[in-house]
Amino acid sequence: MSEKPGSRPSGFDRRTFMAGAAGSALVPMTARAAAQDPSSSSRQDPSLPVDVTLRVNGQDKRLSLDARTTVLDALREHLKLTGSKKGCDHGQCGACTVLIGDRRVVSCLTLALAVEGLEITTIEGLATDDHLHPMQQAFVDNDAFQCGYCTPGQIMSAIACVKEGHAGSDADIREYMSGNICRCAAYPNIVAAVKQAAPEIMKG
Amino acid sequence: MRPFVYQRATDPDTAVQVLSAAATANHPLTRATAQPLAGGTTLIDLMKLDVMRPAAIVDINPLAQGWSAIEPGSERLRLGALAKMSDVAAHDEILRNYPVIANSLKLAASAQLRNMATLGGNVMQRTRCSYFRDVSYENCNKRNPGSGCAAMDGVNRMHAVLGTSDQCIATYPGDFAQALIALDATVEVTGRSGTRSMPFAELHKAPGNTPEIETTLQPGELISAFVVPGRWPRSVYLKARDRQSYEFALSSAAVALDVQDGTIRDARVALGGVATVPWRAREAEAQLKGQRFDDRLAQRAADAAFAEAKGRQHNSFKIALGKRVVVRALQQAVTMEI
Repeated sequence: MSEKPGSRPSGFDRRTFMAGAAGSALVPMTARAAAQDPSSSSRQDPSLPVDVTLRVNGQDKRLSLDARTTVLDALREHLKLTGSKKGCDHGQCGACTVLIGDRRVVSCLTLALAVEGLEITTIEGLATDDHLHPMQQAFVDNDAFQCGYCTPGQIMSAIACVKEGHAGSDADIREYMSGNICRCAAYPNIVAAVKQAAPEIMKG
Repeated sequence: MRPFVYQRATDPDTAVQVLSAAATANHPLTRATAQPLAGGTTLIDLMKLDVMRPAAIVDINPLAQGWSAIEPGSERLRLGALAKMSDVAAHDEILRNYPVIANSLKLAASAQLRNMATLGGNVMQRTRCSYFRDVSYENCNKRNPGSGCAAMDGVNRMHAVLGTSDQCIATYPGDFAQALIALDATVEVTGRSGTRSMPFAELHKAPGNTPEIETTLQPGELISAFVVPGRWPRSVYLKARDRQSYEFALSSAAVALDVQDGTIRDARVALGGVATVPWRAREAEAQLKGQRFDDRLAQRAADAAFAEAKGRQHNSFKIALGKRVVVRALQQAVTMEI
């Protein structure tokens, strides 16, 4: 029953395995892109990837993507930013919420090619050096999660909720956060977290 | 999702040309090989489900510069079709003079979806019928014309009780459209021969024998704007749902009243969640016009609105619920302080 130490490759965990598996699936696509100029031919052939530059958390990222790629899949599978989560993949659960410009959107229903040049902010783009964003800190302080899967989407949504001016009352917070489902039902603590962070965020 | 070519339209003419070239006469536009992309909240969802299978997508978001203005005026309100639902719902003058519009938009979908979805796309959103959305069911007359209707004797709790046919009982799922039809809005449509206007009430088609044909739009035509005549500060959108927020209507009512000295001069009633198309309840309006309001009058109007309703195994409750929604919406509208 015992497993020898070192029998697993060092550094091997679920995340690097998943990321590696996704990365390997990219190879043929990238190779094709290099062989044929995507800027001209891919327009007419849907099997060819398209070059696109996405601006994510303040950095330009050059990618070659199948036109079907959503912002969520571009983030997770191509940029290895796995903070944004795939829940329903149909715009119903909010786990994939990111900001495009200053607006919260569901990245699972947003095509990557359609947001070229727009500023995308993900959960990875919030903290600075050693400081969590006030909303992240508020979620920690208020124990506003249990399993944590919906949390990145909740936090991105909550920041926008505050900036839109929809965090004035518990009822407003509940209504305007209703696009983020929490299967663990941490809702009371999520409301508390949004209320805690709101004044600090509004101060700027 | 099936592969497609992504194209960006930077002017309306190009969009119309590409879209009309991909449409075939006598073929539903929803099955044209090129589809316009605005907010994408319906199209991308249905493509993931393999319900819609375009070979090309024409991104019309670059047209927003000319097609997204919110223009309230003293005589009318003009709304660009690419305006975002969230922007229109939060607009001060719309909140003040057209609360039925603001609330129909606010109560539709999540904040994220309202940030993405446009007005034009919203009125074009397709039914949430679970058999339509699940391609493992072959029998859907809307998706596979002539194949039958799995909902008719299936689980039909969410389905329509008004405007149905023996081919289709799928509910029109939207909210905003009820406000538009109640207020006698017109829709501006841009196509190959320029722009034309028609009553919003003529945009959607009841299923009849061709449930696959959902609108009267012609190949290549895009909705460019909506125009709402007059002002309706005494108006309400009330929506009954399975949960308190972020859910499609079981039954909803758009109500607008013009009350002077206690008498109802004009009344508008439209119903959502219960019909196959945006549904104007003119029978209810006829009961109300010229009368003084009381609860018995509201009940008579509600009864008239649902006089022709036909329930099936699981959705008959919508008739009783729908009447109560109409009564309450009328009570709220009458007592509004404006």
